[in-house]
Amino acid sequence: MTKLVECRHLTCAYGNAVVVKDVDLAITSGEFVGVVGPSGSGKTTLLKAILKSIAPTHGHIDHSPGLRLAYVPQVETVDWNFPVTVTEVVVMTQSQGRWWPRITNAERSATEQMLERLGLGGLGNRHIRELSGGQQQRVFIARALFHQPDLLVLDEPTSGVDVRTRHDLMHLLADLNEGGMSILLTTHDLNGLAAHLPRLVCLNTTVIADGAPNEVLTPAVLEQTYGAPMEVLIHGGMPVVLEHGADEISRRLSRRSAS
Amino acid sequence: MILLGLDLFEPYHFAFFRNGVLVATIAGALCGVLGVFVVLRGMSYIGHGLSHAVFGGAAASAVMGLNYFVGAGVWGVWSGVLIGRIARRRIIGADAAIGVVTTASFALGLALLNRYGQAKKSIEAVLFGSVLGVKTSDIIAVTVVTVVVVIIVVMAYRKMVFATFDPDVAEVTGVQVQWVEALLMVMLSLTILVTMRVIGTLLISALLVIPASVSRMTTNSIARMLWVSPAVGAASGFIGMNMAYHLDTSVSATIILVAAAMFAVVYGATGVRGRVRISALHHV
Repeated sequence: MTKLVECRHLTCAYGNAVVVKDVDLAITSGEFVGVVGPSGSGKTTLLKAILKSIAPTHGHIDHSPGLRLAYVPQVETVDWNFPVTVTEVVVMTQSQGRWWPRITNAERSATEQMLERLGLGGLGNRHIRELSGGQQQRVFIARALFHQPDLLVLDEPTSGVDVRTRHDLMHLLADLNEGGMSILLTTHDLNGLAAHLPRLVCLNTTVIADGAPNEVLTPAVLEQTYGAPMEVLIHGGMPVVLEHGADEISRRLSRRSAS
Repeated sequence: MILLGLDLFEPYHFAFFRNGVLVATIAGALCGVLGVFVVLRGMSYIGHGLSHAVFGGAAASAVMGLNYFVGAGVWGVWSGVLIGRIARRRIIGADAAIGVVTTASFALGLALLNRYGQAKKSIEAVLFGSVLGVKTSDIIAVTVVTVVVVIIVVMAYRKMVFATFDPDVAEVTGVQVQWVEALLMVMLSLTILVTMRVIGTLLISALLVIPASVSRMTTNSIARMLWVSPAVGAASGFIGMNMAYHLDTSVSATIILVAAAMFAVVYGATGVRGRVRISALHHV
């Protein structure tokens, strides 16, 4: 097992605002790691630091030699009106050492195979806007995979997608991980996504806990991470996180509608 | 050839007109190519500002007796890179900063020409362009810049598209986005520099925006836009120049009106679909 990425005492700040503080984190090949935490906890900043698109103010990030990273952005940040087709998006990463931009036959057939594999067969010539939400997300996963990464990084892959899409996405990521792909993602979705992953990192500026869901999804860790009391039930051997006092809210609201 | 009582070939007896047609057509195509990136990146305002900054450089170089291409070129490229850096930081008020710097440069140019130049004549020529002023050096300059821009766009096509569509991911994937953006600003500055003498400062941003917007309405593919937009730009330059001669109107105004008429026709012809496509073009 080789270490792909290792953060040591990583601290990132925007001006005086420290967003990520003293994070130690290593990702080894074949792992599937989820980073959870509330909004503003530094999840995206940690990803950007790992991707080396921002520089740490303290500490180090080491990549294994020749590490290839691919990044899947949040679907909400994509400009869906941009004039590109699915195939054009997928080949976008292949830009090194080319003198003529035309998509080669080899690229076209490789793209078709990739699209087929992700359930997007026959959609290569469609404009990206003409796809369903789930298909749109898979286009960006296809682009990332086309880059043949050692580590696939996804930012909030389930934000803004419906339950069915989330389910399909989870299976796709599980298939990829079984095929040997290392994956790192951030998520807000504790029950729908995080609880299914083999390893979770709870982040609130610094790492609160790091381990299997059964170990880290505990009321004490969650309260420290989210700053609000939470309850954890075990359902079918898996932790299910409930907001503390959720029943109180529904009681108040049903009282209002009854009166 | 006689059409509606007009001898369409009559103006071609004059060397100045032949030169003018050539420059206007090439300039239209050049602005069409870069215009695609200008509209997709929401840089219309930057193009407008940059042409004003170049005006300052042109005036300063005229007053100092420097060659136009050297003086205005250095000034324009420098302002372009600076504006690119301000815009890249996406700080609040970036557009205000660009507005202040470029209009100040423009004002400086006006003041310099008032004080030292043959003010009225040269100001009008720079603001509205002058077909009579087209020299062989202009033809060479616009041709060289066009060839260089086309070569760069072809060679860096995927990087430019990636950096325009998705800069964060492009950066992670190994595209040097900062360099791509700087290159674009340099190409834009050079384009404005070499086309300004025909089109003029005030209307050049229209030639960057209109052909590209027309092409956006006709297609959902950036690759096709890069064919359609220069064709529309070149046609506007060619038709506008000929019409200006026969109607005795301003060359730059006629070229822009021809482009605007094409926009109107395509807007009507593509219907709702075209409208949806351009409604998504943002302005910065």
